[in-house]
Amino acid sequence: MTPMQITFILIAAVTLVSAVMAVTARRMMHAALWLIATLMGVAMLFATLQASFFAVVQVMVYVGAIAILILFAIMLTRRSTLESDQASLGSGWIINALAAVGVFAALVTAVWAWPAAETVLTELPKDAEQLGLLGQIIADPNGFAVPFEVSSVLLVAVLVGAIYLAVERKPQRGGRQ
Amino acid sequence: MIDFLRDPIAFLTQWLNTTLLGWGLSEQAAQITGFAIGAFVAATGAMMFVTILIWAERKLIGRIQDRYGPNRVGPFGIFQSIADLVKIFIKEHIDPVGMDWLPFNLAPVLSVAAVLTMWVAIPFAATVYGVDFNVGLLYLVAVGGLGELAVIMAGWGSNNKYALLGAFRAVAMFISYEVPMVITLLIPVMLTGSLSMNDIVRQQDVWFIVVSPLAALIFFISQVAEVGRSPFDLTEAESELVSGFNVEYSGLKFGMFYVADFLHAFTISLLFSALFLGGWRGPGAEEIPILGFIYFAIKSSLVYFLVILMRGSLPRFRVDHMMDFNWKLLTPLSLVLVVLTALALKLMTGLSLWVQIPVLLVLNGLVFLMAQRMVTGFFRRRRPREVGDRSRPVAHYTPPQSDSEAQG
Amino acid sequence: MIPMSWYLVIAAALFCVGLFGVLSRRNAVGILIGVELMLNAVNINLLTFWHYYIQVNAEPPLNALVFTAIVFIVAAAETAIGLALIINAYRQRSTVIANDLNLLKG
Repeated sequence: MTPMQITFILIAAVTLVSAVMAVTARRMMHAALWLIATLMGVAMLFATLQASFFAVVQVMVYVGAIAILILFAIMLTRRSTLESDQASLGSGWIINALAAVGVFAALVTAVWAWPAAETVLTELPKDAEQLGLLGQIIADPNGFAVPFEVSSVLLVAVLVGAIYLAVERKPQRGGRQ
Repeated sequence: MIDFLRDPIAFLTQWLNTTLLGWGLSEQAAQITGFAIGAFVAATGAMMFVTILIWAERKLIGRIQDRYGPNRVGPFGIFQSIADLVKIFIKEHIDPVGMDWLPFNLAPVLSVAAVLTMWVAIPFAATVYGVDFNVGLLYLVAVGGLGELAVIMAGWGSNNKYALLGAFRAVAMFISYEVPMVITLLIPVMLTGSLSMNDIVRQQDVWFIVVSPLAALIFFISQVAEVGRSPFDLTEAESELVSGFNVEYSGLKFGMFYVADFLHAFTISLLFSALFLGGWRGPGAEEIPILGFIYFAIKSSLVYFLVILMRGSLPRFRVDHMMDFNWKLLTPLSLVLVVLTALALKLMTGLSLWVQIPVLLVLNGLVFLMAQRMVTGFFRRRRPREVGDRSRPVAHYTPPQSDSEAQG
Repeated sequence: MIPMSWYLVIAAALFCVGLFGVLSRRNAVGILIGVELMLNAVNINLLTFWHYYIQVNAEPPLNALVFTAIVFIVAAAETAIGLALIINAYRQRSTVIANDLNLLKG
């Protein structure tokens, strides 16, 4: 086992354990913190794949923004007395667990049925990522400029929608004079 | 010996490597051990360095406020930080009732870790740097954002309404000021063509603060807000929300927050000098790396002095002023600046450097003047014009003109 | 160094853990956490195949990076809107248990 493989197994184990804890934790705050650990583990997996840009973007966007959003939402929607008494998973979670295991088995079978899946991913040459090329193809009309622009419109719509939904309306007073 | 003086870090690394290989370790293990020792030394050195930073700040703030700083404990009070360290070590750790154990204890650790991880990607000299990421700048922004998590965890784990409110306000401020910071970081990236910190420092034949001073100013202000330093220190002020998210911390845990604050302030001065003041560049810095280190230290000390000066002389912002300042001034300004700089750079590709830099300088000056006119016009319009008449004279000084006017 | 199947298996495992979370969590924010896990698993898959493609053919497949970026963007967008909706529902009904938000039922 090369050191790289040992490192990978460690990172994968931490990520999986954190994911399971995130999904089954009783208190929502702990679930969110376990989710943050999972997201950091996934960022490290991206780094081992030599997708350095996306490793950093994962930390910046997911951990730095989305996880904080989730934390805020949890803090704003809690009823402190009843939280720790109720179970975190609904009734019938055994069937759901069996379904998830079934899906996992199907996916793993599909992966192992493909002979090329066993190729060993070696280290790429240094500048294989070529961020400049990514930037150019995002702005190229024959490339991916349209999805990029559409996603920016989507973000504007989300911004406006989220503000409209979440803002507290002051109660109207009386009638007009 | 001259080799050691010229480039001590490379010399020591070489010596360590040969020693470890001589003991029979494999090459990879020797490299990993070297990295581990280097990381340990850098982290410990940074934390020890904070004592000097705290001492310098207290003396300077004292002088700004027309008093001596600490001057009892040792000559010029240089052992004051050590006395404070001993006091903080021996204080009792108090656990508030109903606290959440894991976030409460993890928050100070995460706070310091987020700052120390930033030291990995900053180039201290031509050959002295942790790792040369090809996305180094983005890495620094991302890791700086991890400190906000520590604030939320501290506020939540304290089981204290006021700590939670303070944490909310602090995080709102931090995530708001990330926006102009990241947008203005695009300007050094555009001027260099790469996100790597080493490339940015090497590209600065002309310092970027000369090429784009407005971007440097916006970046500096956003970074001071990111640290949570005065005038943006409503999160930790005693008169606001009883010192915010770290109200329930005592002893070494509070000491860790304190260390993280000062270390972060120094780290942003390192970052600012690396990005805009040319980093380790100076006469003779490429051949003699230790000179580069000295230049870098001088530049970042000057910027740190500026940060301390801001703390000592400016009053604190109110929270709505702070948000207005960010969203209504800094963000549109930085967006306009980035768009115009990109346009100008694209139109001027291929022209010589002597043409590009003055054009960008003039562009920055024009944007700044326009912004300043708009802001003062906005404030002037809001203040109602005062017109005085005989029954309610306006209190302006009017020099006495003649006897008949004065008696009338 | 690391066989590709290891990455694909860990992505599948993460996906199934997220699926389990979506199906069985009672709290609505917990369901969103499960969705985030599934999206991360998709990203791992995409970047694994990007690496594989560069290794096998010499040129980089730019579709993979753009697709990953779009998944990031869409994940951020749906988390923001989902949480805004949950906060709104909490204000109206003062509960976030997904089972109890059943006024339109039957």
